[in-house]
Parts: sequence; structure tokens; C-alpha cells
Amino acid sequence: MLKIGGLSGGYGDRNIVQNVSFAVAKGTMLGILGPNGSGKSTLMKLISGVLPASSGTVEIGGKEIGAFQAKELAREMAVLPQLHAHAFAHTVRETIELGRYPHQSGWFSSWSKEDESEVQEAMRLMNISQYEKTQIDQLSGGEQQRVFVAQALAQNARVLLLDEPTNHLDINHQKELLDTIKKQAIEKNLTVVSIFHDINIASMYCDQLLLLDQGQIVRMGEPHEVVRAQDIETVYHTRVSNHPHPELPKPQITLLPGVERKAAAAKIAAEDFLVSPEMVLYQSEMPLKTVSSAVINAGSGWFRTFINRHVDMNYNIDDSVQEMTGFIENKGFKPTETVGMMTAVRTEHAVVKEYEGDFGSVVIAVTAGVGNAVDVSKAVEREVGVGTINTWIMVNGHLSDEAFIQAMITATEAKTKALHQEGVKDPLTGTIATGTSTDSCLVSATQQGGYLPYAGPITELGKLIGTGVFECTVEALESYRQAKAQ
Amino acid sequence: MNKNLIAYTISLILLAGAVVLGVTVGTVTISPRVLWNPSSDETAANILWNIRMPRVVLAGLVGAALAIAGAAFQGLLKNPLADPYTLGVSSGASVGAVTTLFFGITIPFLGIFTLPVISMAGALATMLAVMAFAKLVDRSMKMETVILTGIIFSSFLGSVISLMIALTGEELRQIIGWLLGSVSMRGWPYVQMALPFLLIGSFLLWLNRRELNAMLFGEERAQHLGVNIKRSKMMILVSGSVLTGAAVAVSGTIGFVGLVVPHMVRLLWGSDHRHVLPLSFINGAALLIVCDLVSRTIISPTELPIGVITAFIGAPVFAFIFFRQRKGVA
Repeated sequence: MLKIGGLSGGYGDRNIVQNVSFAVAKGTMLGILGPNGSGKSTLMKLISGVLPASSGTVEIGGKEIGAFQAKELAREMAVLPQLHAHAFAHTVRETIELGRYPHQSGWFSSWSKEDESEVQEAMRLMNISQYEKTQIDQLSGGEQQRVFVAQALAQNARVLLLDEPTNHLDINHQKELLDTIKKQAIEKNLTVVSIFHDINIASMYCDQLLLLDQGQIVRMGEPHEVVRAQDIETVYHTRVSNHPHPELPKPQITLLPGVERKAAAAKIAAEDFLVSPEMVLYQSEMPLKTVSSAVINAGSGWFRTFINRHVDMNYNIDDSVQEMTGFIENKGFKPTETVGMMTAVRTEHAVVKEYEGDFGSVVIAVTAGVGNAVDVSKAVEREVGVGTINTWIMVNGHLSDEAFIQAMITATEAKTKALHQEGVKDPLTGTIATGTSTDSCLVSATQQGGYLPYAGPITELGKLIGTGVFECTVEALESYRQAKAQ
Repeated sequence: MNKNLIAYTISLILLAGAVVLGVTVGTVTISPRVLWNPSSDETAANILWNIRMPRVVLAGLVGAALAIAGAAFQGLLKNPLADPYTLGVSSGASVGAVTTLFFGITIPFLGIFTLPVISMAGALATMLAVMAFAKLVDRSMKMETVILTGIIFSSFLGSVISLMIALTGEELRQIIGWLLGSVSMRGWPYVQMALPFLLIGSFLLWLNRRELNAMLFGEERAQHLGVNIKRSKMMILVSGSVLTGAAVAVSGTIGFVGLVVPHMVRLLWGSDHRHVLPLSFINGAALLIVCDLVSRTIISPTELPIGVITAFIGAPVFAFIFFRQRKGVA
């Protein structure tokens, strides 16, 4: 639909945009990214024709834009510029009515039904109908921005050029506006080209992205091809890190601050763990990077308080998350920086041990009971009870993402081996159990000190985890049995 | 729509009232009845139709022309202080007019229209020069830059006029009276001389009412909206110069009408040019008729130049608009 070929141009003799070529298909959205001064706005002006190109072509539907009459072009292409101040105030309605200008002709052209319905529709889409009679300068920056988007939509053009459409908008309005534009693009088969400041938003909404630097295309393609840490870092001269979007297959980036996190040297030590009949509690001075399958704050994150709480065998509450959150608050901890597990096992039997390595040390904490022992290879339908082997692995070291996952695998293997050693059997099948039905695992690290890229069973860290988890689990099982025997 | 209907009704009533006052009040008070019944008082009817009516009509036409030209210049330049007088366009027209009178120029074919046509040429040349110079000084054409440029050109052209006046000797008094602006003792020929230009100029501006609305958002935005910028700009500049030139040719330099009237119209009824232009036209006519009435009655039997009255009202309004713009209370 929109085809740009070898486009160059700028102000005076200086070509700010150099030899840019791309095509945008109907119903799709292209996002233009680039640092300040990379030529994004100049490129937009060249495409919209307000700035004459020094060479190259811009075609809409196969027709060069220079061949269009001014009004004809405005019926094909609507442009949303960046916001400017105005000497005279218009009402919102008058402003949006101007979007119909290219559709009016003749000296006395009157306002048609179609004009009216397009204006109403644009106001409805941008959610500004209630401001119809208000003067524009009395609106906030975000509302004004929506008025100008409505003006562009009222033009009812097939190509939409947007220069930072989400400027001045809060996150809710950013989302609503882009949702609306995206929906319009799909429903009305519009071709959208938009400049974005926010790489993550561009990645979420655009089908194609174009990364511009010093007037030239650095990279172009689908978001996963363009939003890559190394390209973004070179172009923007900033440290960033890639991570996946939680719901969409669209890559996101996170800024890494130039200032190093000032960290009081945090050290996890076994003696700082508080073991009581109520819970096993560890509080760190610094937040620890954590991956876990806990009740509260499962998944990954940074946390300071770690709780393994004892609950009654018959603990049966529909909303255990809410109840557990209440418990954490009652104890005076902050639920947002607390990882919480539960166990029916008596927590005073918890085993906490520290293992030294060259890089630093690992603290292992285990509570174990085998009331619900299961042989996973022969899992059959059974009643679900309370989790009974909770394993914490807390590392004084800097773990990679792989190391976190490998630490979990290693710990699980060591746990299974411990059950084997102790001859724990699945009561239903009579075979050796591999775990219990609701085991939990947690890996935390200070992310300071020695860098540990891997945690497989023959790495230094893996060895400590393997031995540690095995020993602690065996010991915990023995005290569980002794307690039971009494 | 309702709001607009009220605006037009009020404006037309004001104009009608101004016309009735203008033809009846004066050294001889004439009963309005003479208007529709001339035979009731032959002398009064004679004064009314041959002296007062052409004067009122001329004042009305000049006021309308200056007001609509001012509204268009303000829209085009996005500058609320722009008007034919502050931009120096009136001075340019004056130079044209004085030159015509001074040298006694008559262009064949044009006949009595020589004076307005040369005034228009002066107006247009000045307008283009002012814009070119302002753009040279400051690409963004800030409000103050444009007005300052207007003042520079006004001063320079004023000195050219003074020089010509000094060289005329005996006709001095007449030209000075004319310069300060007056619609007295002109009669119907002057109405005929100005009328066609005022109608054509106003109509051309009215054709560009929607383009002016779009250009208020900047030329670039207007182009995005499909306005043929070059053509519209040229049309507005030429029409504004035609209106100013014709008005100055028949009445001399009358300042601030083009500033006060559009400002009041916008204040009361918003800045949509579809209405600002016609409403400025009507109210400009009414205002200048009333100003003329005041100028000839306030210290009767002596007549004040009408430009004195408009400047007396206009300069404070100018100061007020400037203050508001600077304080950001739009």
C-alpha cells in the first residue's frame, strides 16, 4: 500500500534521511524507532510530502504522492504531527470538523450526513464526545492529543502517519489509543506508520519495526528481529536487557541503570535462619533474586523475607493466597517482598546447613515429611494433601538464568536420591517414592561476588547443592520419622 | 447553530441601528420618518440622501473591509495583533494613493479606479515585503517580530509621504486631513469607486474561510489536511491587500478597526472563520459608522478625523490583547 524507495532528504543541502526503502502492507502497522536526532520526524515529513525529498519515491497504492492534488492526498493519507501551541482557541468539535476538509468541495459545500457521522465516530473512538463544545486550550495535554488523533481519524484516509501518538498520555490512555488504532487498522484495512519513543509499546503493537540511526535503517523486520539487546544498545548507547512479554510473543526491553546498585555486602548465613514451631524464617538485608514454586510470590523476582510456615494437617482454606497474605501482614512483613511456603511438617525439625565453596557458600534449608509420598513414574489418581518436602537453596554468588533452573533440577535429583536412600515408598503402589505430591523448591542468590554461569551436577555450585540437599533431606526425614515414632 | 443565529441577528440589528443613527443625528437632526417618506421634508431628505447616506455607506464599507482583512491577516499569520494598520499595509496603500494624487496619475481604461488600484498595488507590495523581511529575521515569524517589522515599514513609508506632502505646498492641508482618515464630503462617486473591490475582496476571503481554519494549526498541519497552501495564501494576501488598498484610497489611513472588531467577534463567538469573517464584516461596518458619527458630533461644529477615534479605542485594545497573549491567557 505504502511504498518508499531510496528516499533521501533533509533541510538545505544536508540529507538527514539517507536512502531509506521499505513497504507497508494494508492492515499492518509499522513502527519507527530511533534515538533523538536519528531522523524519524524528518522521515515522516518526507513521506507526508511537507518536506520535498532530494531523491527517492513515496507511493500510495502505486501512485507517486507528487501526482496527487492536495485534497486528494489528504483523502488518502492522514498525518498526526507532534503537538504545538496555538494563538487562537478552537472548540474540540471545530478542530475535528477540519478533518473533513478534504472531503468538501465547491464554494458553498454544506455539511453532509457522512461528515457528521465520521466526526461523531472519531469523537466516540477517542472518548472525547463529552468535550465537544470545550475550547481545546482548556484540555490537558493528553486530551488534546486525543482530539488531534480524532481529527486524523475523521479524515477517513487509508494511510495513517503518526508522530508519537502516545505523547502526553498516561499508560491507560496509551493502551486505549493504540488498541483503537490497531483495531481500526484491522477493521478498515488501514496502513499505519508511527514513530515511537517507547520501544516496548512499539514491540507490542507493531507488525513490523524499523530501527533508524543517523538517517539510515539499522534493522527492519518483525519485533523479535529488531528488539534485540545488542542492536538497541549500539543505537541508543544504553545498557538494556531483553525479556519476554508475559502474555504476547513480543520481546520487551528493560533499561539497566548506568549507576551500579549500591549493595551492602549481603551474606546469607545458616545461623541467621530462625527456626520455630510456627515457621522457618529468613530475612535478608538486601533483596535476593529468587525463583520459586511458593504459595506467595511464585515465579521470579527480588525478595527479602522468606517464610516456610507450619499449618495444621487439616488446613483447608479456599483462598490460601489471601489467608497467607493476611498471615504475612500480621507478622509485620511486606507481602510484596516476601516469598511464602506452607508445610504440615513441624518446622522446628527443619534442617539448615551451610556449604562452603571457592566462590562463596550455599545455605540449604529443608523441611520434610512423607505423608504424601509419590512415585512419579507410577502416578495414579489420589487425594492431594499438604506439601511436605520444601527445599530452599540460597546462594552467596551471582547466578545466570540457566544456573537458577539447573540448581532446581540438581536439587530435585538430590531430593529423589535421598528418598531412595531412606527407602520411602509410595503407599499406593508400594514402589520407591520420588517426592511428595506438593513439594516446593526455591533458589535465591545475592547476585554479588563470583559469577556462576551453570549449576549442573558436576559444576562447583552443583556439587554443593547436590550434596547439601541430599544430606539435609536425609536428616530431615530422619527427624520426621523420630518425631512420628514418639 | 442557535448560537450563530443569535450572533448574526445581534450584529445585523447593531448595523441597522448604526445606519439609522448615522443618517439622523448631526448638526441638523432628521426624523427617521424621512427615510421612507422623503416628501415629508424635502430639505431633510436632500441632506439625508446626498450628504449623510453616502457618508454612512462609505464608512460602513471601509469598516467592513478593514475588519474582514484584519481577521484574515490574523488567521493567516496566526497573530492576533495583525491588522492592515499594524502590519504597515495601510501605509503602503497610502503611499500609492498619495503618489497618485501628487503626480495626478490617471491610467487609461481604469479612469476613476486608478486611485484604488495603485493603492492596492502599494498595499500588496508592502505586505509581501513585510512578510519577507519578518521571515528573514525570524523563521518562526513570532508575533512581536511581525509587528515590529510592520512598524519599521510604517515609519519608513510615513516619511516618504511626509516628503511628498512637504513638496506639494498648497495642497498640504487637504492631504494631511485625508491621511488622518476621514469619510466626510466624499459623496456617492467614492462609494462607487470602492464598492466593487470591497465586494470581490471580501468574497475571495470568504472562499478561504475553511482554509484559514486549517492554517490556524500551522501551515504544515493545513497541508496534511489537504489545503493547497500556496494558492490559499496568495489568495488571502491579494484579497487583504485589495480590501486595504480600496479602503485607504477612499478614506485614508484608519487604524485598529481590523484589530478591534475581529478580536471582539472571537471573544464573543469563537474563532471559527466560517463565522469570524462575515461577523467581522458586519460589525466592522457598524463600528466605523458609529465612530464617524462620534467624530463629527463630539466637538461639533468642528470635525475630528475618524482615525483619531478608532485609535483612541484601538490602541488600548491592542495593549490588552498583547498583555493577554504574553500572560498566556488565550
